[in-house]
Amino acid sequence: MGMRKVAVVGAGMTKFVRRALETGKELAFEAAKMALDSCELTLQQVDCVVHGTAPDAFDGVHMKGEYLADGSGAWRKPYTRCYVGGGTGVFAPIHGWYHVASGLFDICLVVCEEKMSSCQPHPQGAFLTIFDHTTERPLGPNLLWIFALEMNRYMHTYGLSKRDIALVSVKNKRNAADHPCSLLGDREITVEDVLNSEVLAWPVQRLDVSPVTDGAVAVVLAAEHVARRITDKPVWIEGVGWNLDTTYWTNRDLCYPRYVENAARMAYEMAGISEPRKQIHIAEPYDPFDYKELHHLEGLLLFDRGKAPEATALGITQRDGDLPVCPSGGLLGVGNPIAAAGLMKVAELFWQLRGEAGARQVPGQPRRGVAQAWGDLMQVGTVIVMGV
Amino acid sequence: MMTAQIKEFPGVGLRESDFEQRKVLYTEWVPNARYAWDAGVAIGRYLAELKEGRLIGVRCRHCRRTVIPPRVFCEWCFRPMDEWVPLPDTGTVNTFSLCYVTWDMRRLTEPEIPAVIDIDGTHPPVGILHLLGEVEPQAVQIGMRVQAVWKPPEERTGSILDIRYFRPVREG
Amino acid sequence: MTRKVAIVGIGYTGCRPLTAEVSYKELVYEAAVKAYEDAGLDPRRDVDSFVTVAEDFIEGTSIFDEYTPDQLGGMLKPNVTIPGEGIHGLATAYLQIASGLVDVVVVEAHSKASNVLTLPHITAYAMDPVYNRPLQANPIFIAGMEMNRYMWATGATQEQCAQVVVKNKRCALYNPTAAYGANLEIDDVLAAEMVAYPLGRQEISPHADGAVVLVLAAGEVAESLTDLPIWIRGIGWCNDAPSLETRGWGRAIYAEGAGKMAYQMAGIRNPMEEIDFAELDDTYAYKELQHLEALGFCQFGEAGILTAEGVTEPGGALPVNVSGGNLGCGHLLDAAGLRAVVEVVLQLRGEAGSHQLPDVETGLAFGWRGLPSTSGAVVILSN
Repeated sequence: MGMRKVAVVGAGMTKFVRRALETGKELAFEAAKMALDSCELTLQQVDCVVHGTAPDAFDGVHMKGEYLADGSGAWRKPYTRCYVGGGTGVFAPIHGWYHVASGLFDICLVVCEEKMSSCQPHPQGAFLTIFDHTTERPLGPNLLWIFALEMNRYMHTYGLSKRDIALVSVKNKRNAADHPCSLLGDREITVEDVLNSEVLAWPVQRLDVSPVTDGAVAVVLAAEHVARRITDKPVWIEGVGWNLDTTYWTNRDLCYPRYVENAARMAYEMAGISEPRKQIHIAEPYDPFDYKELHHLEGLLLFDRGKAPEATALGITQRDGDLPVCPSGGLLGVGNPIAAAGLMKVAELFWQLRGEAGARQVPGQPRRGVAQAWGDLMQVGTVIVMGV
Repeated sequence: MMTAQIKEFPGVGLRESDFEQRKVLYTEWVPNARYAWDAGVAIGRYLAELKEGRLIGVRCRHCRRTVIPPRVFCEWCFRPMDEWVPLPDTGTVNTFSLCYVTWDMRRLTEPEIPAVIDIDGTHPPVGILHLLGEVEPQAVQIGMRVQAVWKPPEERTGSILDIRYFRPVREG
Repeated sequence: MTRKVAIVGIGYTGCRPLTAEVSYKELVYEAAVKAYEDAGLDPRRDVDSFVTVAEDFIEGTSIFDEYTPDQLGGMLKPNVTIPGEGIHGLATAYLQIASGLVDVVVVEAHSKASNVLTLPHITAYAMDPVYNRPLQANPIFIAGMEMNRYMWATGATQEQCAQVVVKNKRCALYNPTAAYGANLEIDDVLAAEMVAYPLGRQEISPHADGAVVLVLAAGEVAESLTDLPIWIRGIGWCNDAPSLETRGWGRAIYAEGAGKMAYQMAGIRNPMEEIDFAELDDTYAYKELQHLEALGFCQFGEAGILTAEGVTEPGGALPVNVSGGNLGCGHLLDAAGLRAVVEVVLQLRGEAGSHQLPDVETGLAFGWRGLPSTSGAVVILSN
């Protein structure tokens, strides 16, 4: 059955900051308005709105999708919020994609907002209740534990060193120095800086981790016949995939993200991609921690298992390498307002594939890119393939 | 509109001093969110066994696996689990961390040592989350053999905390 | 040409005031097993995608979508959580199938309301943190204000609102899955304590625990699975202003918007003529009246009169909430809309047993997200 073609036709984002003056509604509004302005549409022309945002505990509002509705442009429109934890930012445009692909709507506004700083005394508090309320929460786990447990297992399985992994943090923070919205861009950072940073939860150190951030991102999706009227450079959504592994995370081997592989295979099949390593020109995998970028590159089938660190050391994933990875600067550099950070990756592909990324532009006129996000208890993969 | 041409993106970052000097205003709210989650059949039995100082898992004959914590269904084949399986309180460290900070980023002098511990008798080996104790942090290794240290019976309440922590198995 | 989509399986635990014997996972598993048996499917082999409807603060777990896949048979498959009304989840499944990407999608919603010890405080936590929350008011006042404005604008009376309670609780006596059936008179309802004037205790639907699982399939697949597919003819959803300061108080604008979208899709011009029965949100008794009008079954201000005349009774021209509604069955929080869908499916299949309506071909289910939202979704089904 033939599917309707859907394109990204506009994008907007706020600066990513540690603590924003704007409320969550205002951040959503700023990003949404910029996205609409970028393709010269008005809100009246938008048929439906979808929202992506992570735990309500950040903003400190129950049913925060409802609270954020008017800021996102959803007043008196069909509107839903979708939620797959940290995977939400890449899922939101997938949610928007099937709104348009279904034939029910022609133009969909996709907005992702996160105001983590509202959660005091530390936004980590929102993560205390992600663990099983009966079998795990009494142990007092915090979010760093599960990343550290996964990172350790990954290093142990493939014999990786901290130095191999720290290169990702260095690359992304340097790339982010070219992003006008970045929170932690740093042209001067070195591997030694990462290796000498404070140990939080070994093997995780301070500079292995992306920062707490406030921000919003929005994109506009349009059906083919509308997209071609709106812009002469539509960026097509060629493939979408998503996948959720079992809740029983202590029953899985954490060395490999099978859920990301499943999501990638779903998206590649839809996009007609049989050889991702040849057919994908840019990757924006999810990098809330440096090792996650490596983990996800392997799950996306772009490198063999345990081999992404070696490719990073060889410079293959640099902006001017054979496969540029996180040319935006990623979450480690630009910042990590959870759902907004995922959508930032989609916006980055939009700008890169149109040749509009300025100082961040990947050379060689890339024609196809993949963005991916991850979330929950090391459990969910969301993948989108975009091309021109 | 080309992003490369955008000079000023929206969004205003604040500093901590802006709050301390009351340059910006805010409201505060502590949510009153309390719950009493029904443990149900599988976890209810798990907690009851913990109170007796025992671990229990469940077996799916169809998938030929024994898992812990218990569940009434097998998530692989979506059939009801076939039987309860008493398990020993020993296992192997699958992965661990040495955590030097609390959730709100206060420094700890002695690290907490969370670990996934694959419990003996499960098949293929699967684990639970718990803490390690009675061990030097630098001595912990993946693959290390450990056993549960229980609270005395009169202090046990039917909780995962009825196990204080797991410690290295003492040989001989 | 949009792809046809049908409901091919339903699983429902019924409404129960307490479910201490099972965990939320076990409650959902019970509904899931029934739904797959009903559809004749194996979820591990035959289902392409799963949609769960849930909110973190109702579950008491941040990022609750972590806890959704196993009890549905959805591990290592596409899963998403929609923090919305159950019918928003149904709409998501519909869109996924209509896009052509997948053929069989499962939707789940559940309530463990009995496990939430501070539900009114959670609802208060949904109010605007800057403008409204500092007032420290129990959010039920919003329903009182809306009911007051609604009665003023329409001339609807306290007695007409009370009639909704009498009707729905009496209907619930004939529904074995309802938890709060009762034989009341209008005076009993009016004599109950006042909660937020003019809203009285009996006009507020009591909470219940329960789980609903639905299986949806693309047209050609649906026809191969069952002789009785229940077709989704129209679906619609809409939000009005979330803030208390800028919303309309008399009319249910969100229901008007949702209805307009669904009727256009279904090609329905005269709902009263073309729809045989409806399950409408009645979280508060006046809401049933408001939603009847917003969905175009009558003019603004006529719903109270129609109710008093018995038009919405099981034997009337438009039976409304023959299941007992939320007032009679119990309110399943965001699963309430899917409970209403289950009732419509049962009626259209002729499987509603002791409360079966004769000769029904088209039914409508409408869900509202509850205070303080202005968010609703509707689906129109035909056999």
